[in-house]
Amino acid sequence: MSATPMLEIKGLKATVTTDAKNEILKGLDLSVRAGEVHAIMGPNGSGKSTLAAVLAGHPAYTVTGGTVSYRGKDLLEMSPEDRAREGVFLAFQYPVAIRGITNSYFLRSALNAIRKHRGQEELDPLDFLQVLETKLKQIGWDDSFLNRAVNDGFSGGEKKRNEILQMAILEPTLAILDETDSGLDIDALKTVAEAVNALRRPDRATVVVTHYQRLLNYIVPDRVHVLAGGRIVKSGGKELALELEAKGYDWIKPEAVAV
Amino acid sequence: MSVAPRWLTELREKGAARFAEVGFPTTRLEAWRFTDVRPIAETSFAHGVSRWTAHASTPPHVLVGDLAQAEGVAQAHLGRYADVSANPFTALATAFLEDVQVVSVPARTEVATPIRLSHRFEGTGAVMTTPRLLIVLGDQARATVIESHEDGGAEATFSNSVTEIVLGNGAELDYVRVQREGAAASHIATTQSHQGRDSVLRSTSIALGAGLSRHDLGAVLAGTGASLVLNGLSVLSGRQHVDYHTTIDHAQPHGESHELFNGVFDQHARGVFNGRIIVRPGAQRTDSKQTNNNLLLSGDARADSQPQLEIYADDVKCTHGATLGPLDATALFYLRSRGLSPQAAKSLLTYGFAADVLTRIANVPVRDDLDRAIRARLGVETRAAA
Repeated sequence: MSATPMLEIKGLKATVTTDAKNEILKGLDLSVRAGEVHAIMGPNGSGKSTLAAVLAGHPAYTVTGGTVSYRGKDLLEMSPEDRAREGVFLAFQYPVAIRGITNSYFLRSALNAIRKHRGQEELDPLDFLQVLETKLKQIGWDDSFLNRAVNDGFSGGEKKRNEILQMAILEPTLAILDETDSGLDIDALKTVAEAVNALRRPDRATVVVTHYQRLLNYIVPDRVHVLAGGRIVKSGGKELALELEAKGYDWIKPEAVAV
Repeated sequence: MSVAPRWLTELREKGAARFAEVGFPTTRLEAWRFTDVRPIAETSFAHGVSRWTAHASTPPHVLVGDLAQAEGVAQAHLGRYADVSANPFTALATAFLEDVQVVSVPARTEVATPIRLSHRFEGTGAVMTTPRLLIVLGDQARATVIESHEDGGAEATFSNSVTEIVLGNGAELDYVRVQREGAAASHIATTQSHQGRDSVLRSTSIALGAGLSRHDLGAVLAGTGASLVLNGLSVLSGRQHVDYHTTIDHAQPHGESHELFNGVFDQHARGVFNGRIIVRPGAQRTDSKQTNNNLLLSGDARADSQPQLEIYADDVKCTHGATLGPLDATALFYLRSRGLSPQAAKSLLTYGFAADVLTRIANVPVRDDLDRAIRARLGVETRAAA
């Protein structure tokens, strides 16, 4: 493990852009090193998805305080596209449908934007197809939804799988999975988890945002954090997730007040 | 043409009389409220020379020709569907009826390759032309017809086009009309179709050109179980104006119509959509869906959308919906979060919006040609349509 964290969040505060009084993150600290998987758990409305969105640069939220350092750079200064090009990937809780554009074209556009940024040659459709086939094999999926419009008419499970496929193609350094498990049946959940595990590497980090412990049976975290009231109120090993599953979130709250 | 046959002279006179009576429409008329045709009415146009060019490889007995070559078919159908009293421009076009292209496919005949008809101007200056097209498919005949208007508008030209489509029982027509005239052109068009029992018409109207354009599409589902797909796409910028007025008339039971018109308006461009659907008494089990989506890429662009449902039968399914606004902010962020620049994200989403109509065109070469034209305009490099 390297000495400097890949991602270091200090005192992060954020509000809803259209409602400056609505502060959702209230001084959040989090440190993630390369090679680690961190789980962020917490009750609904605690700010889990906001944290994921803020890290990706979503314009719906405004950062009002704190710092985020990613591989030694100021993440908050970067545009959403530059974050992606620098290796940050957000798997959306609600992936967006884009009518009229094929999934494979979308994937190639994204990969080429990132390759260009890295000074690599852009891939033509044939070269890209090879990359795609390798990745599909690696995560054990077929190519059935490549020529459909992006997420258009996809089932909930297909949308989530599509996010993971994008992640596999774009090979991020920091992957943030926002409730990728929500709405999945157990088989789909296993498939998605296996795909995430297949992408684990010592130079990558993953932040898994989830409401339920279930996903963590398949993606085993190094650290588990409880987010409540816009802050991390408790951190621990993977056993903390089991404790949360057994006891719920209510027992955390008094501690949160005490912090 | 040398000496016009009497029926033709009478038809022209009928058009001329009607136009003399009503003149050019003004914005005081409800149907012309958003479209000011003074640029046409106040210009003195010379009567221009124009001609149709046909590219077709057809089986024997299929007729693709002019008035002299197809007089029998023309006499039987011309002016029977596009009513001179319904639209002043149809009356005007009928008064100057001359440049006629006829496609006639006999019953139970299938034309495998698309029949391509393009209308061209000859000569220069402020000229007016009245291209007329008649497509007649006999019972169970099948064909694809592409009608294009591309080369007017280098100067202040005025096209006043009328197309009549007649489908026999069980006939099936794929019809694509492309308008890519120059920015100085005024383009007025009427397409009127009449469908027999169990016939299928899949129509796509594309407006990319002309400074001022108006297209009235009228479809009568005159036989039981007729099926209509009526789609349209406009991609405009600058000070271009397009006005689509559609009227779908369900006259008999078990008919279905699916209508999708998408418009992309940038800079000061302006779009009008008026979609009228009539379900006549007795046209039970009609299934009709109308969708009009308008994408406004600039704060100065404008679109107006008006559905008009007139339903006189009780056992029917009719839905309609319209959208109007800028690109979806969440979708833009989604693309940016995958590394696309804001400009690339915008182009791709806009293209997808247009491709949603293009991908429904069955003929692949035609679809690809339009796809290239749209991509060139929006700065999307390679084919991406789903």
